[in-house]
Amino acid sequence: MAEVKVIGSSASLFCLRVEWALKFKGVEYEYLEEDLRNKSPMLLKYNPVYKKIPVLLHHDKSIPESLVILDYVEETWKDNPLMPEDPYEKATARFWAKFADEKCIFGAWGACRAEGEEKEKAIESAIESFKFLEKQIEGKKFFSGEQIGYLDLVLGWIPIYLNVMEEVGDMKLVGAERFPLLHEWSQNFIETPLIKECSPARDKLVNYFTASLSYLRSLETKKQ
Amino acid sequence: MAEEVLLFGVGRSPFSGRVEMALKLKGVEYKYVEEDLANKSPSLLKYNPIHKKIPVLVHNGNPIVESQVILEYIDETWPGYPLLPKDPYERAIARFWAKFIDDKCLPAIFKAFYGEEKEREQAVEELSEFLNYLENELKEKKFFGGESIGMVDIVANLIFWLEAWEEASGTELLTREKFPRLTNWTHEFVSNTIVKESLFPRDKLVAFLRNRIGGPNVSK
Repeated sequence: MAEVKVIGSSASLFCLRVEWALKFKGVEYEYLEEDLRNKSPMLLKYNPVYKKIPVLLHHDKSIPESLVILDYVEETWKDNPLMPEDPYEKATARFWAKFADEKCIFGAWGACRAEGEEKEKAIESAIESFKFLEKQIEGKKFFSGEQIGYLDLVLGWIPIYLNVMEEVGDMKLVGAERFPLLHEWSQNFIETPLIKECSPARDKLVNYFTASLSYLRSLETKKQ
Repeated sequence: MAEEVLLFGVGRSPFSGRVEMALKLKGVEYKYVEEDLANKSPSLLKYNPIHKKIPVLVHNGNPIVESQVILEYIDETWPGYPLLPKDPYERAIARFWAKFIDDKCLPAIFKAFYGEEKEREQAVEELSEFLNYLENELKEKKFFGGESIGMVDIVANLIFWLEAWEEASGTELLTREKFPRLTNWTHEFVSNTIVKESLFPRDKLVAFLRNRIGGPNVSK
């Protein structure tokens, strides 16, 4: 029986960062795909509060919430540190991880979902958030320095998911012209062997986001 | 060079309260700067240009923002009193609950306090559900951190604000019958010497909240 398991969904960017972290550390794990429309008793047992993926199982211990999992992975498997050693640099990385999750992911998804006048506002607001990231990468190859680290894994959804959200949501947020540094970082990131070997197929993501958007819009129509 | 620790905060904010509690528990000397949120100082805007919010901890010129990020920083920088346990799994559990309080309880509290009338009832119900999770998590422990106050307890200082709002609005939510453990916890928490020093005076807080609630409804 595998010592480490990940309960996840192959389209989820939150699960992807957990898998990347484990591979980065050279930790073997078993991946258990969850059907989010029909959640398993196992998921409900191991994440009774949120009932969400990802959940990391390590022996008999279960840890939900991707950023909490990343901290756990970092502290349990000490080889190949993901985070900087210096507390101030660590705090800075934690700040940006929180910022990006709260403002950029939900900003992008919000812009994807919105329609009409609201869409314009949502796009503008999301772009403002990405501008901060553009500034952060200035002068660096990766957010973590010369090599990928914690913050790159947390932001790694950008090169893989953002373009899909833009296509499905019929909008443009981050392009090479407006965000040349983010674009360059994206190229470097996806070329990293670890990332290249472990990324979902684009058409799968397009299908997933198209279905999600459709479903949400149908709920909104029912409300009216 | 002598160590310099500055904390920009607002007395009635639970978020700057958390940082004060942590610094005091660690025995760290710091200079407190009270901010006027209606007239933010150039220093605040310089140290937190992105969110322009308190609290901000400035350690030897380096600013750290977001209360939970600050708490982790404090724990890693100053030895002595541990805010988080040593074991990685126990640390993960603590981080999970700290996050739960801010991600779930806080927005529900906010909606219950300041939301539009039709939102408030649902917010109170939701909040009750969330508090139940915390009630169960306490189990037979004195504090979330066990025998002594830890990070989750510090983040749960929101409960003090919740109680003040209950008094200000005449609402009953955190009753001894429904939440015996949380009620005990609150009593232990506010009785702690260091916590007491960091909490905003309850009567002033109630007065402030009464004023806020009593005012004209702000339409969105």
